[in-house]
Amino acid sequence: MIENIKISRKNNDALKRFMGNYGIGVVLIIMMVAIGIMEPSFATKNNFINVAAQVSINGMIAYGMCLAITTGGIDLSVGAQLALTSCVLGQTITNMNMNIWLSCLIALAVSTAFGCLNGILIAKFNMFPFVVTLSTQLVIRGLSQVISSGKAISLTSMEFKGIYSNKLLSIPVPIVMLFVVTIVMYLLLHWTVFGRYIFAVGGNVNAAIASGVSEFKTKVGVYTVSGLLAGVAAIIFTAKTGSAQSNIGIGYETDAVAACVLGGTSFAGGIATIPGVLMGIFIIGFIYNGMNLIGVSSYYQSIVKGCVIIGAVLLDMLMNKKNQ
Amino acid sequence: MVSNENEYVLVCKDISKAFGGTQALKSVQLKIKPGEVHALMGENGAGKSTLMKIVIGLYKQDSGSMTFEGKPYQAKGPVDAIKAGIAMIHQELNPEPHLSIADNIFLKREDTVCGIFLNKKKQNDRANEILRQFSFPYESTTLIKELTLAQVQMIEIIKAVSSDARLIIMDEPTSSLDSEETAHLFRVINDLKSKGVAIIYISHRMNEIFEICDQVSVFRDGMYIGSKPIADVSRHDLIEMMVGRKVENVFPKIDCEIGDVVFEARGLTGKGFSNINFKVRAGEILGISGLVGSGRSETMRAIFGLDSYESGKIFLNGKEIRIKSPADAIAKGICMVNEDRKNFGLCLLRSLRENISLPNLPKHQPHLLIDQAREKRECEDVAKKLTVKAASIEHTAYSLSGGNQQKVVISKWIMANPKLLILDEPTRGVDVGAKAEIHALMCQFAAKGMAVIMISSELPEVMSMSDRILVYHEGRIGGEILRSEILSESVTEKDILAKAFGGVSG
Repeated sequence: MIENIKISRKNNDALKRFMGNYGIGVVLIIMMVAIGIMEPSFATKNNFINVAAQVSINGMIAYGMCLAITTGGIDLSVGAQLALTSCVLGQTITNMNMNIWLSCLIALAVSTAFGCLNGILIAKFNMFPFVVTLSTQLVIRGLSQVISSGKAISLTSMEFKGIYSNKLLSIPVPIVMLFVVTIVMYLLLHWTVFGRYIFAVGGNVNAAIASGVSEFKTKVGVYTVSGLLAGVAAIIFTAKTGSAQSNIGIGYETDAVAACVLGGTSFAGGIATIPGVLMGIFIIGFIYNGMNLIGVSSYYQSIVKGCVIIGAVLLDMLMNKKNQ
Repeated sequence: MVSNENEYVLVCKDISKAFGGTQALKSVQLKIKPGEVHALMGENGAGKSTLMKIVIGLYKQDSGSMTFEGKPYQAKGPVDAIKAGIAMIHQELNPEPHLSIADNIFLKREDTVCGIFLNKKKQNDRANEILRQFSFPYESTTLIKELTLAQVQMIEIIKAVSSDARLIIMDEPTSSLDSEETAHLFRVINDLKSKGVAIIYISHRMNEIFEICDQVSVFRDGMYIGSKPIADVSRHDLIEMMVGRKVENVFPKIDCEIGDVVFEARGLTGKGFSNINFKVRAGEILGISGLVGSGRSETMRAIFGLDSYESGKIFLNGKEIRIKSPADAIAKGICMVNEDRKNFGLCLLRSLRENISLPNLPKHQPHLLIDQAREKRECEDVAKKLTVKAASIEHTAYSLSGGNQQKVVISKWIMANPKLLILDEPTRGVDVGAKAEIHALMCQFAAKGMAVIMISSELPEVMSMSDRILVYHEGRIGGEILRSEILSESVTEKDILAKAFGGVSG
């Protein structure tokens, strides 16, 4: 009898693992259907393209956040990184008249360097990621105020603004970038040795070290990637608004964390999937978009967002429990 | 055997319990007399812990009934069970480290003034009185975190007795105790016995069962096999009852050809050990005995790069090497199965495949992307070779039994094809069947020319598996024993113990 159970269990395994990882997809579909019924203009090609372009910013940040959370940490500095990178762009392009691609490279280098610094502080001195990134966030935002003197710098270069508005094979560039980054991050986390080390360090750091994994290199790598992606997000953001400001990106870490949690990233570390996070990103995007279309007052939007996140995570947990 | 049920303190009758489709207990029984130390034996998964969890109310049985001291009994949870007079000392202790001994003993039944404020003084005095009864050498205001594991365990026992428990369940109480601490525990058990307290004693250690227990009940595959006075059974009988097949030799050592020196430590000194000198040869199993804390594990951790050493040299195949991290050790061919499987062995939430391949990724996966098909094939091969029992290598390590988890840990090191394999307590918390398999595997590795070092607190294990035994005493090697001396019985368990305690007798 036990043998029979084992065999039938084996058949259910693949499905169970799939539901365990991607059960949140069901929530996403329910949400889309519900909004679609309430507001017919939701389910149009134009609206979907609009949402996909908008979520690309949170998407970049969420992928970096996902890595940090998977190692058992968090990166609270991403919002400030967005502001600093944006100010560097404004300063170099508008005030220094630099080539926009060179200036993008410099901006990315700055955010990557600060990500790397986060990683070194966390891994070298064994400080809590929450405390480290909470503090560097203040430093980074302060720096962006220093660079911009607290004033908005407008970016009028059409070439630069084209990063958000141009199309590649009739697909907006930010969507192409989100697509490419999703693929790269999927391969990085699920198909490379570095990805395995991220899971191992987050799952059980002692066992990882005793298996020859370098905790230092893994954590520094993770926060560096998070910084780089925050920089990419900042380029899209600045191209979209055409303005570099030191007060942008406030609260962006919340949406990123929410997308990760919705996507099944475990706060205990060691568990995450990139497709899950992508679904989380779109759930957050559709919450904003759906409420705007339906006409919910912005005062109520954040209440609804909080409730939907708790509800979705609860539903996901209940479904997983039933599957066990 | 017809008997009056009233002579028993606990009677479990026809208890059945199923989890999903798996029948964990099939109409089992258990009868415990007052003042009796009753051993519960069986392989992991035989149903012992399920039954105990039903007794203390963590699970509810599907059918069957229990009586405690002649009255029908059914606990809704551990607190209920303690109120009724049944306490369980868990294998993994979890008292609050920042509370004092007194606070722990009176946790959930504190002395209070008006039901709100703690009456610290009265509580501490009462606790001191109880501690003195057990001749426990600390004041009741000492914090739990200052005690050793053995002392914390003693506090748990004292707590149980002071809450007037008439039945105490001990789950593997000696698994992290050394010989001296075990002896002390046994004195306490005998004391409790004379006070009429019944004890259910769960252990895989045969020697202890014969030393301390009066009666033994055996379970197998969720079924009750039988209960016998310990005086009427032999080791062999017990093992046969547990595994349901004849086991010829518990520790089937196969002698292999011993080759050249693979590893040598010269004057190794570090935290907890000093001036350690030894050599291991290819095909040799070097046993390491000694008390817990005598520096055995510390030496091996330093050799593997988990801790650092202060001075001394280590040589691999005659060449001096310097190891700064486990990554260095693994790359050079030194691997170590840690004694703490949960913390240093496995990422429990990840799959067997990821766990097995983790230390082998740099060597086996040289390309940018992991060749998952190759990885799966290689991991399946090694898991199969080591008889890991799992439906698929995609399962989490968490879902396996202790013995199978240990085999997964060994699998990952075998895939690394080490020159020197260090195993620290490789069979701790592992059932009899898996234990024999692990021993057989060790012999296979040696036969392939690997040098094997095995640390074990179980003397019979060290004595039967080792070609040579080093006995640690207070951070130094206190003696060396050859297999020939053991086979000719010119050295016995007593002699090894004496060396571990400082060489009192010859």
